[in-house]
Order: sequence, then structure tokens, then C-alpha cells
Amino acid sequence: MWLVINPLLLALVYFLLVDILSGRGLGADYFAHLLAGLFAFYFVAGTITTGAASVVGGGKLVMNTAFPRLLLPYSAERTALWRFLPTLVVYFAVHVASGRPTTLVLLLAVPILGLLILFSAGIAAFFATLQVYFRDTASFLPYFLRIWLYLSPVLFTVQDISDRLEKHGLLWLGYLNPLFSLLGMWSEVLTSNQVPSASMWAVGVGWSVAAFLLGSMFFMSREREFAVRL
Amino acid sequence: MPSVSESVPTERTRKRLAVSVQDVSVTYRTTFERVPTFKSAITRLGRGERAVREVEAVKGVTFDVTHGTTLGIIGSNGAGKSTLMRTVAGILPPTSGRIDVYGRVSTLLALGVGFNAQLSGRENVVLGGLAAGLSRSQVEEKYEEIAEFAELGDFMEMPMRTYSSGMFSRLAFAVAVHMDPDILLIDEALSAGDARFKRKAQQKMGELLGQARTMFLVSHALGSVKELCNDAIWLNKGQLMLRGTPDDVIAAYTKFLEVGEDAFTLEDL
Repeated sequence: MWLVINPLLLALVYFLLVDILSGRGLGADYFAHLLAGLFAFYFVAGTITTGAASVVGGGKLVMNTAFPRLLLPYSAERTALWRFLPTLVVYFAVHVASGRPTTLVLLLAVPILGLLILFSAGIAAFFATLQVYFRDTASFLPYFLRIWLYLSPVLFTVQDISDRLEKHGLLWLGYLNPLFSLLGMWSEVLTSNQVPSASMWAVGVGWSVAAFLLGSMFFMSREREFAVRL
Repeated sequence: MPSVSESVPTERTRKRLAVSVQDVSVTYRTTFERVPTFKSAITRLGRGERAVREVEAVKGVTFDVTHGTTLGIIGSNGAGKSTLMRTVAGILPPTSGRIDVYGRVSTLLALGVGFNAQLSGRENVVLGGLAAGLSRSQVEEKYEEIAEFAELGDFMEMPMRTYSSGMFSRLAFAVAVHMDPDILLIDEALSAGDARFKRKAQQKMGELLGQARTMFLVSHALGSVKELCNDAIWLNKGQLMLRGTPDDVIAAYTKFLEVGEDAFTLEDL
């Protein structure tokens, strides 16, 4: 129950915040966008937070049993995913209530969710490894994630920021943030009923595959040491 | 040359071989900080210090174990006993050398593996079984037997944080020995529980031996090594000092402890 209420309250807080700060009346459109973005972001953040703690938390298991260590962060992601899926139902209730069209474009959300899963698995594996070497990683992770949230197209829409960046020829700056393209596409598909541009797809796929491969490889290159570092 | 023909296992002896450790060395780098943190890493960097140390835990150890053997591993603290066990279990791959294991390994190296203190004993038995690679139905089949062996009574339904450490290790031991392992690796687990449970644990291990199971037992309790094992090795500073009957190995080890390292030679025996 709290899995649904929690992000919903959070969305309400941000909605009021942005509504007051921007000083203009924001509609149901914006709320739908905010909800979609926040839910997806908290799925990624949840995967990273629990994934980062998975290896150190599973210390005894790691020291006693031989098994593919990558299963630890990946199973953390699985848990996060099961928590995320019910929030999608909430989103769709808002989606319909706010009069967003339900078209085939929505199906594109599935591959985008796949990219998000791939991306956060890689980042979770990276932080899980880091946590073994620096146990205080967990203490600055929340701040890092909070800043990441503000830099990602969750509170603002990807259209707002792309336009502004493009005016100065700085669109590449946005692409530096992996979640710019991933969450941008997510929101475009879900709330704007828009097929994301080819460059968005390219950057999103690139980031996800790179994060997954590099994060997992970094993890595997270090996993032998886990048994003696824990 | 007879020595050569002996060292090459024939098809027949290979079948009975449980574990073959060939010239295995394990070296790893670890930190001597209690809790490694980013903060201390930065302060160290400022002072130009390094907290990483290379440990040569096991150096060129070679031995074979056939099925039905209970091998006692003795040696002082830091001799590499636990590292050797982890290497045999596949947890810490060797830096060089080769280990062949024929059969399914069950380990009791760290107590309460896969156990969650918030969950009840019953749920933890299931978890422990799953962590050991059994299917859910297999674990449920064995549950009654495990519960009976651990003798925890009503505590099986209570969260494990309410357990005393003895009860905790009793349950862990019960789970590990009921996994039907071909090879069982035990690290100091006989210290689990009270005198009565210890006797029961010894009995169970004797039973496993009767089924021609193989067991590795790391222990500082030389008495139980003498009683339970039919073979023993002695490790010192990562090197294999002696392999032989428990009586001989324990005698040599005890003598070594008395006279000290410098004065000791194996020829003294």
C-alpha cells in the first residue's frame, strides 16, 4: 500500500513546489508528466540504493557460498521492479483521468523500461562494488541521487530544456546525463504521446548498454576480492 | 620410476577422488582498515600512505583427498586454513594452481549463512536450503528432519533475533549437514551448542562418514580432530607442513608449539 501512497505523496509535494515556484497555474498534464517521471526515477534510484548495499549486506552469503555474485545487485533490481510495477497502475489512472490519449505509442514505453532496467542494473553493480571498498558510499548516495533527480527531466519536461539548450547549441550537455534521454523518452511516450527522435533513441540505447556492460564488467573484475574484503 | 606412476591417478583412483588440490597458491590484497571508507582513503592520500597489503595466504599446497575421508586441518591462526577451505568451496579462486572437486559441496564456513534475523527459524531453514542450491520442495521435504535435529522446539516459529548464539549455530549446523552434500566443509562449527548437542553433531558427522561422504574439518579443538578425522594436514604460514594420520600430525603440531618455530624441524620426530 505504501509502495503506491509514498510516491504519490512525493509527486504531490513536488507538484505544489513547482506550482508555487513557477508562479503559473500547472495543469493535469504536468501532474501526469511529473508522476511518470518520478515513478520511473524512483525505480532507478531504488535499484541503485538497494543494489549498492546488496554485496556488503550479503556478506555472510558471499563468504560461505560460491555463486555468481552479480545476482546480488540484479536481484535487488528485481525487487525494485516489483515495487515499481504497481505504481504504473496509479499512473494510468491519472493518465486516463487527465484525458491523455491512449494510443499504440504507449507500447514504446516497454522498450524504454527495458533500457531503464539495463541502465540501472549497470549502475547498481558499479555502486555495489564501490561500497565494498568505501563503506561510506551509502552515505553520500542519497545526495547524489537527489541532485541527479533535479538534473533530469522529471520536474521539468525534456521539451523545455531541449529548446533552451538548443538555442545555445548546447544540446550535447543534456545528453551527458543518461537519464536526460531515458526519462525524457519515457515522459514523451507516456504523457506527450510522442515518438522520441532517433537521436534520443541512439543516446538512450548507448547509455544503457554502456552502463550495463561497464558496470557489470567492473563488478566482475573485482568480485574475487569480495570474499576477503567483507 | 615408482614415484611417478604413483602420482598419476589411474582411472580407478580418480573415480574415488573427492578433492584434488594441485600446487595451489592464494594471494590477495586487502586493507587493514577496520571499516574502509572514502573519507579515510582521502586523508590517507593526503599523507601519501597506502592501506592495502598483499597477503600470501596459501603457498603451493598440494594434496588429494578420496571419498570417505574426514580431513582435519590444523594450524595456528592465520595459517591459511580458512582461505584453503574457501578456495576448495570455490568462493576464493586460487591465484595459481588447480583444484578439482568431484561432487556437491556444502559449506559451513560462516555461521548463519543466508539467514535473516527478522525471519523465523522455519523461514530461515527454507532460505538456507535455497542458498545451498536445493529446490523449495526438496527443502520442505527435509524440514521436519532439520527441525528435529536442531531441537529448537517452539523457537522454530520465532524470529531468529530472539535466538541465543548457541541456538543460532545449532540451526546453521543442522541445515548444513542435511543438505546431502558429497563434500562437507566445516570451519570450527563443533563449538556450536552445548555439550549434548556437540555429541549429537559428532554422531551425525560419523553417520555422514558412514555413507562414504567426505568432510573437511578446520578446528582448533585437537581432541575432536583426533576423534573424528582419519586423515589430517597441518598448515603453517600458508604452507603444508605435514600430512598423515591425525595422531602423528597433532603430535608434530603440539611439539612445534612447544619448542617454537626456530628450533623445530620435522626430522626431530
